[in-house]
Amino acid sequence: MSILSLRSVSKSFGALKVTDDVSFDLQPGEALGIIGPNGAGKSTLFNLITGNIAPDQGQVFLDGRDVTRTPPMQRVVAGVGRSFQIPQPFGDLTVYENLLVAARFGGGLGGREAGVFCMDILDRTGLGPVAEKKAGGLSLLQRKRLELARAMATRPRVILLDEIAGGLTDGECVELVATIRAIHAEGTAIVWIEHVLHALNSVVERLMVLNFGRMLMIGAPDEVMASAQVREIYLGIEA
Amino acid sequence: MSRSLSPLIALFALAVLYALPAIAPRAMVQDLFGILTLLVLAMNWNLLAGFAGLVSVGQQAFVGIGAYAMFAAIILMGLDPLVGVVIGGIAAAVFAVPMAFFAFRLNGAYFAIGTWVVADIARLAISQWKALGGGTGTSLPKGTAKEMAFVDGIKEMLDVSTAAAADALTYWLMLSLAVAMLVASYIFLRSRMGLGLQAIRDNENAARSVGVDPLKLKAAVFLLTAFATGLCGALAFIQITRVTPDAAFSVIDWTAFVIFITVIGGIGTLPGPIVGVVVFYALQRALADYGTIYLIVLGCLGIAVMLFARRGLWGLFTDRTGIDPLPLRHRPPRVAKPSHSA
Ligand SMILES: Nc1ncnc2c1ncn2[C@@H]1O[C@H](COP(=O)(O)OP(=O)(O)OP(=O)(O)O)[C@@H](O)[C@H]1O
Ligand SMILES: [Mg+2]
Repeated sequence: MSILSLRSVSKSFGALKVTDDVSFDLQPGEALGIIGPNGAGKSTLFNLITGNIAPDQGQVFLDGRDVTRTPPMQRVVAGVGRSFQIPQPFGDLTVYENLLVAARFGGGLGGREAGVFCMDILDRTGLGPVAEKKAGGLSLLQRKRLELARAMATRPRVILLDEIAGGLTDGECVELVATIRAIHAEGTAIVWIEHVLHALNSVVERLMVLNFGRMLMIGAPDEVMASAQVREIYLGIEA
Repeated sequence: MSRSLSPLIALFALAVLYALPAIAPRAMVQDLFGILTLLVLAMNWNLLAGFAGLVSVGQQAFVGIGAYAMFAAIILMGLDPLVGVVIGGIAAAVFAVPMAFFAFRLNGAYFAIGTWVVADIARLAISQWKALGGGTGTSLPKGTAKEMAFVDGIKEMLDVSTAAAADALTYWLMLSLAVAMLVASYIFLRSRMGLGLQAIRDNENAARSVGVDPLKLKAAVFLLTAFATGLCGALAFIQITRVTPDAAFSVIDWTAFVIFITVIGGIGTLPGPIVGVVVFYALQRALADYGTIYLIVLGCLGIAVMLFARRGLWGLFTDRTGIDPLPLRHRPPRVAKPSHSA
């Protein structure tokens, strides 16, 4: 059974149709990439999956269960973790505490177990040295890492990553890809929105292209990238 | 040095406070009773506004309902006043349920005004309660203090009048309530729920996205503080011995002062209300001869703190010195580093 399914999901902001009849299935442990020009509706799609935004039409299923009306916190407990494109740290809490909230609520862990679990994630995401710093004082790069780390701490079975590779040096990008591969290897399903295509394509098994809210294509990355339509849309964005 | 010293100072201060009825004049005990009442109310309001983001201006509803439930328990049911206090707390918590249903639909300033309106409706409703004197209120029956549990024993132990013994008892109870509030707040804020509240305070949207249910946590705080505020109100009116709707549901006495105390001491900090109440008491004593001028000074101080020190005097102190005897921070566990092979 699919871990995540969307059925004819649509959403408009006023006259602007941001999500237009999108349907797809994600298998457990699968990694799916999403690309598309700015404003194509990628982040909105995440908000529809997490429940931060309610769709005008269509349904969202988790493990075959209709969660279209389920509030975000319950979807997290059900196994959907997400990062925000614009980082939203708990600024007055420490980096460690940011993860601890996620592990204790979304992850359902308690006591010392939660603490050890969080420290392990901080080490894996390179945030170990700033564990006891206030998250409000982090650099943008560190905040993006914190988004990834905090999403991991909810112990998701599907993790939604929204543009976490932008602005990284080549070395940092290689590290990030290694971390995401490791998450994937543990059996976590991944949906990753990314403009850095070489990083994305080195992880995902399928690629979806969104344009003006519509799902233009979904398939194997090289097939999608070879399509004339996609090349046209991406001409000038990514050579 | 200060680390090992501060618990000692706190213990000493607490011992002196408990010994007060035996060593200080009765007027001072009564004075401090009033201050402790404000402290308990301030600690509750601080949890609500400073930690749960619920800026209630309707806390007098719980004081009033606690007080009236206590009077009803004594006058209509013939129960011991101390049982009446517990009933007062429960009645306030019960009233908080429908109040939350209404007020939680409102946000920010509307929530504040909504709670105020509900409290005033409660005042008007209680004014219709003829058995408890309607709009003019009622007094505790004569001899209530004498018949209160423990009063005889205290009378003998301290060798004082019945009235003074009753004052000592209510004082000790209020002091214990304040201590219990402090300990309970500390435990609560360091718990899973407290961590969730701090996350909500920073970013409610992100909190939801890591599994925190803001409504659930806020409702829990609203009900718990309603209970403690009701207890406090009931206890306060045993000592006052007379209740009227206007006195029991006074927004000035039970909410406005409390807001100033919390803001001056440090909203959203655990020791804030204690610092605030000490400042309040000191001002009151220092300016006692000038009538209500201390209220003006208090108001100005409150405004200055809001403008220049958002986290109050206690916030200033911890920022400067780094001393925080009641830290809410969660520290990472010390792990025997496993050798990472990957
Ligand atoms: N809450 C909102 N209210 C109104 N319009 C919105 C809202 N959120 C997004 N939009 C609009 O919807 C469109 C799609 O936004 P979305 O953030 O989903 O795009 P995106 O594909 O993630 O873009 P980017 O690559 O820039 O992140 C944009 O035109 C945006 O301005
Ligand atoms: Mg986006």
